[in-house]
Amino acid sequence: MEKKRVFLNGMKMGIPIGLGYFAVSFSLGISAKRAGLSVLEAAFASLLLNASAGEYALFTLIASGASFLEVALMELVANSRYLLMSCALSQKLSDEARLPQRMAIGVAVTDEMFGASLTRPERVLPAYYFGMMSVAVPCWSIGTALGVAVGSVLPGMVVSALGVSLYGMFLACIIPEGRRNKLVLGIIAVSFLLSLSAGILPLVNKIPESTRILLLTVIISSAAALLFPIKDESEDVADA
Amino acid sequence: MPKMIIYILVAFAVTYAIRVLPLTLLRKPIKSRFIRSFLYYVPYVTLAVMTFPAVISATDSVWSGAAAFIVGLVTAYISGNLFLVAISSSVVVVIVEILLKFVF
Repeated sequence: MEKKRVFLNGMKMGIPIGLGYFAVSFSLGISAKRAGLSVLEAAFASLLLNASAGEYALFTLIASGASFLEVALMELVANSRYLLMSCALSQKLSDEARLPQRMAIGVAVTDEMFGASLTRPERVLPAYYFGMMSVAVPCWSIGTALGVAVGSVLPGMVVSALGVSLYGMFLACIIPEGRRNKLVLGIIAVSFLLSLSAGILPLVNKIPESTRILLLTVIISSAAALLFPIKDESEDVADA
Repeated sequence: MPKMIIYILVAFAVTYAIRVLPLTLLRKPIKSRFIRSFLYYVPYVTLAVMTFPAVISATDSVWSGAAAFIVGLVTAYISGNLFLVAISSSVVVVIVEILLKFVF
C-alpha cells in the first residue's frame, strides 16, 4: 500500500514534467524527421535516450552521415553532465534501491527528474522515481513521434510557451531551497552570472553548450564546496 | 540491422553507461566532506546554469523569454509548486508575444 502511494506521488510529479517534455520532444521530432527517422525509430530513440541535447546531437550527426564512432564520442560529450547527476542521485536514492531498480532508473536520469528527486527533503524511493518515469518517459517518446508525424503544425507561439515550461520547472526545483538557505540563493545567482558571462566571452562562447554547462557545474560546485562545506554531523545533512 | 537502429543503439550504449555506472557502483554513502558538499551543490548550480541565459532565447522574442524568467523566479520563490511555476512562465510568454504582435 505504502509503495503504491509513493508511486502515485511520483506520477503526480511526473505530470508537469511530462507536459514540458511533450513540448520539447515535439520540436526534437522535427529534427528527427529531417535526419530521416521514421515515426517508430524516433519514438524508439527517445524511449532509450531521454536526453534532449544528446538526441539533438544524434539527429544532427545522422543527417550529416557521421560514423558510429563520431556518434559515440559526441554522446559522451553531450551527456557527460549526467555522470555528475547520477553520482548525486546515487547518494540520494533510498538504501532500499536494489541493483535491478538502479539499472532501470539509469535509463532515465534526466535534468528534470534529477532535479525533482534531488530537491526533495527525504531520500528517494525507487517507487517514486518509477512513478515519475511512468508518466514522463511515454510523454517524451510520444511527443517525439508526433513531431515526426505532424511536423510543424503547432503555431510558433505555442511551441515557445511550452518550451519555457521546462525552465520554469528548473526554477521551481532550485529557488525554494534558496529561500530556505540564502547561501544556496547566492550560489544560484553566481551561477546565473557566470553562465551569462560564459555565453558572451570570446573563445569561451565557442565551447559547445553542453560542455560549458559541465565545466561551469564542476567549477562553481567545487568552489562552493571548498568555501562553504556542508555541516558534517550525520548522513542526513547531505539531504537537507 | 538497419543503419538507423545501429546509430540509436550506439548512442544508447554510451548514454546509458554514463548514467548507470555511478548509480550502480557508487552505492555506499560517500565519506569525504568535500565530495558530499560538492554533490549537494551540483543540482542547484547545474540547473541554474542550464536555465539562464538559455531561457531568454528559448522563445520568439527576448522580451517574452525575459518575462518568463522573471515570472518563474518570483512564482518559484513564493510558491515552489512545480506545476504552477511552469504554467505561469508559459502563460506569460503567450501574453507578452500577443502584446508584441498586436499592440506594439
